[in-house]
Formats: sequence, C-alpha cells, structure tokens
Amino acid sequence: MNISQAVQSLFLKEFFQAVGLSMRYFFKPKTTINYPFEKGPISPRFRGEHALRRYPNGQERCIACKLCEAICPAQAITIEAGPRRNDGTRRTVRYDIDMVKCIYCGFCQEACPVDAIVEGPNFEFSTETREELYYDKEKLLANGDRWEREIATNIALDAPYR
Amino acid sequence: MLGLQALFFYIFAFVTIGSALMVVFLRNPVHSVLFLILAFVSGAGLFLLAGAEFLALILIVVYVGAVAILFLFVVMMLDIDIAQVRGRMLEYAPIGALVGLVLLAEIIIAVTGNYYDPGTPLVTSQPIPPLETVSNIQALGSVLYTRYVFFFQVSGMILLVAMIGAIVLTLRHREGIKRQSVSEQVSHTGKNSIEVRKVESGKGI
Amino acid sequence: MTDFFWTYLWPAIIILAESLLFLVVLMILIAYILLADRKIWAAVQIRRGPNVVGPFGLFQSFADLLKFVFKEPVIPASSDKVIFLLAPLLGVTLALSTFAVIPVAAGWVVADINVGILYIFAISSLEVYGVLMGGWASNSKYAFLGSLRSAAQMVSYEVSIGLVIVTVLLCVGSLNLTDIVIAQTTGLGTMLGLPNTFLDWHWLPLFPMFIVFFISSLAETNRPPFDLPEAESELVAGYMVEYGSTPYMMFMLGEYAAISLMCSLMTILFLGGWLPPFGFAPFTWVPGIIWFVLKALLVFFMFALVKAFVPRYRYDQLMRLGWKVFLPLSLAMVVIVAFVLQLTGWSDML
Repeated sequence: MNISQAVQSLFLKEFFQAVGLSMRYFFKPKTTINYPFEKGPISPRFRGEHALRRYPNGQERCIACKLCEAICPAQAITIEAGPRRNDGTRRTVRYDIDMVKCIYCGFCQEACPVDAIVEGPNFEFSTETREELYYDKEKLLANGDRWEREIATNIALDAPYR
Repeated sequence: MLGLQALFFYIFAFVTIGSALMVVFLRNPVHSVLFLILAFVSGAGLFLLAGAEFLALILIVVYVGAVAILFLFVVMMLDIDIAQVRGRMLEYAPIGALVGLVLLAEIIIAVTGNYYDPGTPLVTSQPIPPLETVSNIQALGSVLYTRYVFFFQVSGMILLVAMIGAIVLTLRHREGIKRQSVSEQVSHTGKNSIEVRKVESGKGI
Repeated sequence: MTDFFWTYLWPAIIILAESLLFLVVLMILIAYILLADRKIWAAVQIRRGPNVVGPFGLFQSFADLLKFVFKEPVIPASSDKVIFLLAPLLGVTLALSTFAVIPVAAGWVVADINVGILYIFAISSLEVYGVLMGGWASNSKYAFLGSLRSAAQMVSYEVSIGLVIVTVLLCVGSLNLTDIVIAQTTGLGTMLGLPNTFLDWHWLPLFPMFIVFFISSLAETNRPPFDLPEAESELVAGYMVEYGSTPYMMFMLGEYAAISLMCSLMTILFLGGWLPPFGFAPFTWVPGIIWFVLKALLVFFMFALVKAFVPRYRYDQLMRLGWKVFLPLSLAMVVIVAFVLQLTGWSDML
C-alpha cells in the first residue's frame, strides 16, 4: 500500500465518497409511485382480469366454440354449450374460469374468433376467499360490462399491429 | 434512608442466596447458569449498597458480561445426559464431602476472625483516603497502582500467560492454504489490476 | 407519618415521574427513529418509504405497534416457555434502563451517578443475554446459531468499545457523563486561542477512536453492515425466527433503544453532548437539549446511511475487524493518549 492510498484511507476518502453518492440519490426524485393512489401506465396488451364482452346491442359475443377451452394450457376454462337457437346461433349455458389456475397467458383471447373473452386492464381483483376466484359466466359478463370502454380502446389501439 | 437501605439489602441478600441454591438444585444446567447470573447481579447490588459502586459494576462487566457468557455458551452446546451423571454421583461423594468440609472450615475461620493476619496492620497504617473527599474509584486506583502494583502486574501476567497458552494449544499452521489478505485487496485499484498488452498476431503472449 | 412521606415517598414519586416522562418521550422518539430509518433507507434507494399512515407516514410506527400487539403470540411447543418470554423482556428493559444516566442537557438526568459510563457499559454487556436466552429457548437450530453468532459479535466488539471509552476517560479524568461533556468546553480549539467551538470536542483529538467507536457501535447493536445475526439469506432471521407479535416487537424496541443509546453515547463522548457548536450569541440561545437531540439525530442519520450503502460483512471478516484491527488500534491508542497526556501535562489542564 503506497502513501497516497494510506492517506486516503486515513481520511476515509471512500466513505465520504459513498456518503456523497448516497446523498445525491437521497435528493433525487423518487422512481417509485404512490401506488394505491396513483398507478403506473400499462400497455394496451396488458393481460389482467378476464371479461366476456357483448355487442353494442347487448347480445353476448361468445358462440360457445370452445376454442378457448381447448387452448387453455392450465385447463382453467370450462364451457357447456346450449342448444342451437331459432336464429341459428349458439350460446353457452356455462362459462367458468378458475382464476386460481389461470396463468394469464392470453391464449384464450388470441383463440377467440369473436373477441368475446378478453383479458382486461384490471389487475386489482384480490379476494378474501378462494371461492370468489372461481368466476362464472355472470361474473365475467359483469366484468365485460364494467370494463367495456377500456377494453374497446385497448383493442382499437392494438389493432394496427395485428 | 437507613430503613430503605436495609430493605434493599435483605432483598438482594435473599435473591443472592436463593438463586445460589437454585444453581445447585436445578436439573437443567442452562437454568443453573442463568440463576448463577442472577446471583452475580444481586451480588453486585450488595456491593452497590456497601458503597463500592466500582466493584459492583466491574463484577457485572467481567463476570456477567464475559465469564458467564462463556459458561452459557459451553453449557448450551453440551448434551448432558442427567441420568448418567446421577448414576456416577456416589463415586465422587467422598472427595466432594472432603472439599465441602475444607470450605466450611475456611468460612468459619474467616467469619469468626480468630486468626493472625500479618497484613492488617500494614493496610490500616496506610489507609485509603476518606471516601468523603475522593471518589470510590480514585481511592481504589491510588491503592491498586501504588501499594499493590506488583501483585496487579503479576496477575495481569498470569492472565497473559493463560491466553498465550490457549493460543499455542489451538494454533496450527497448515501448508498450502490460500489466505485472504484484506490490505492487498483494498489496495488494488483499476490501474494496478489491469495491464494492457499489445499482442502480436500469431504469437500469443 | 408526614416525615415518612417527605423522606421516602416524595423522592420516590419524583424519580418515578421523571423516569416515566423520560420513558414516554424516549418511546415516541424511538418510534420516529424507526420511521426515519426506513425513510432514509428508502430515499437513498430512490424509494418513497412508508407514506400512507398519516401525513408522510408519520404514524406508521404506531400502526405497526398496534399490529404487533393485536397479533397472536405463537410460542413453540418444545420451547422453554419462561425463558422464551423472558428474553425479549430482558432485552428491552436493559436497553431502556441505560437511559437513566444519560444527561440530555445540563442537569437533565434521572440519575447523575459517578460511574455513569461504567453503568452503561455494564448494562449494555448484559444485553447479550436477551439474544442468547431467546435463541436457546426457541429450541430451533436457526435461532440458536443466530444467537451464538450475535452473542460472539456483541462480546467481541464490547472489548474495543471499552478501550475507546478508556481513551475518552483518560482525557476527562471522570466516569461521570456530565463531567465528560463539561470537559469538552475546552480542548484543541481553545488551546489554539479560538473561542469555544466544535473544535474543542473529543472527536478531533481522538478522531481514530471516534471512527472505531462508530463502527463498533454498529456491530454492537447488530446494525447493517454487521446484521449477521439476522442474515436473512442463511439464518432466516437469526435468534428472532420463532418470535412474533408482542415479544418480537419487544426485541425490535430493545434493538432501536440500544441504537439510540449508542447515538446518545457518541454525542456525549465525542460530540460535546448538549454544548452548542459555537460558543457565542445566536447558538448559545438555543437550549442544550435541542443541540443534544440534533447531534444524536445526526449520528443516527449516519447509522441509517451506512445501512443503505455498505454491503453486509462476512462473519470471519467481522471477527477479523474486531479482534485484529480494532483491538490493537484502540489498545495502542490508549497507550499513546496516556503518554501524550502525561508528557505534555495536558491532563492537568483538561
């Protein structure tokens, strides 16, 4: 160890450098956000809570083709199709998603030919019990009604890149 | 305030004796050591009441803060089979009784004071300064570092020898061990740790 | 009867009230020191830190307190229950009882005893027992190993802390904390003919000891970078693994009480206690206690900063630092200071 280094360590040069550096960071604007009160921006492709959408006239989009059920890698989706109706269309009588199983891969919304099942921008749907996370058709349709505006905007924003 | 002092004296005295008895009678050795510590602390309280605050605090620092911790370390790590120890107790009974008798005799002699002590006149001829004028520590220091400096140094040497002995017993040098040299690591800088060399093609370094 | 009241009860009531007031103020300060610790740590890492409970998160510590109190205390079935519960109690009681001799301003001290510094040293050497008993009584390998580490660490660094205190005592010539502060009214600065300033305090002539004491007190209170007892990655949480709810809170309280004690001790030993940094007009108007608290907070700020920018030590490096660097350094310093004082005759001047 040469003399200049000895002097530097005697006068705690590195310590004061570290203090200076941490003080510089101390007064920097914070990078974290004030989460429950403000939220960071999320992409239009964000895959959050599921929703079943309707057409503007209130008709369900889902045609019970079961493509989502087939592709779901976690086998979280269960669908039962109803009988063909008079107008030649088909609807589900049961559409369940086990949100505990779901891995939020987004395959269901990719598979859907009519953009019925989508993963919306909502990520705050924690519950107090497990049972509340077994979503049924009613809950999914309610989600769709609730988030329709955001979902439609996101789909429109993402459309040019598809 | 004499009454209060007496009250505290009895409290400390009873705690000391009680915890000393517990040290002997308890089954769990860790509990014994903890009661030993309680005995030390209340002993320190007795010193405090006698006006020897320096001794009291040194007792806590040295015995409770260092020696008893080592005791506790050792006892906590030991896996003592109590049944086995109890089985062999009778073998040691005669020696134990002998040591106990000698200790008892010594205590009786010391308490009754019927013995010739050559040191007392010497000590009383050079009394420590009265406690009203100098503090406890000053009085103790002025005696310890003048009259008893030889004994003080000798006891220090004994402790030093014990420490060196312990180091000699446990220290061993092994060949071929890489050791960390902190000063060397710290003195490394960007300049002396990287060397830029021009390597001619096809030759290597 | 009135005689009995005035001789025994009245002083007892006064002492009790003094201690209670001191304790309440201390608890509130500790609550805010805890918050400040988290906030400073967060700020250096460009985070916000707790800011939801109350304005700027000012009530966070009290919310945490409530949370700990209302949680269910879990006592392991195979633990030694009495010692398990006694350990945190011991830790917090000892840590708080040391504050009895801390003079926060001229004459503002609960017990102005002659051996104040020795009392603090003795009690803080007892604090190891809380850790050791807690670790052993938990009857868990992690807790036991953590407590052994922690105890060895605390005992090792007590040695160098003791020697640092001895160097200060050599310069002062008294074990009374008030005397130690008053001795710092004169010093290097006044010897050079300057008025009373912060240059008189002990940190300047005993600068290496100041640093050694700072680092040792980090180790003594198990603060980062010496928080090996907690070592989350290897020992999960050291001696506190099995603790939860109120007993855990007591350990934390004891730890932060010990930290604030070390800050106050550094203020008294090296930074001139309640003395103002400049001994003239606008500074002497400020009451002493404010200077004391400001200085202690400055020291605590350094404690918190060090937590943010120094990585954790490895255990053998910790022991090497304590025994092979600090012990010889402080021992040599004791001899040097004694020689200098004796040869220059400054011991009579101070």
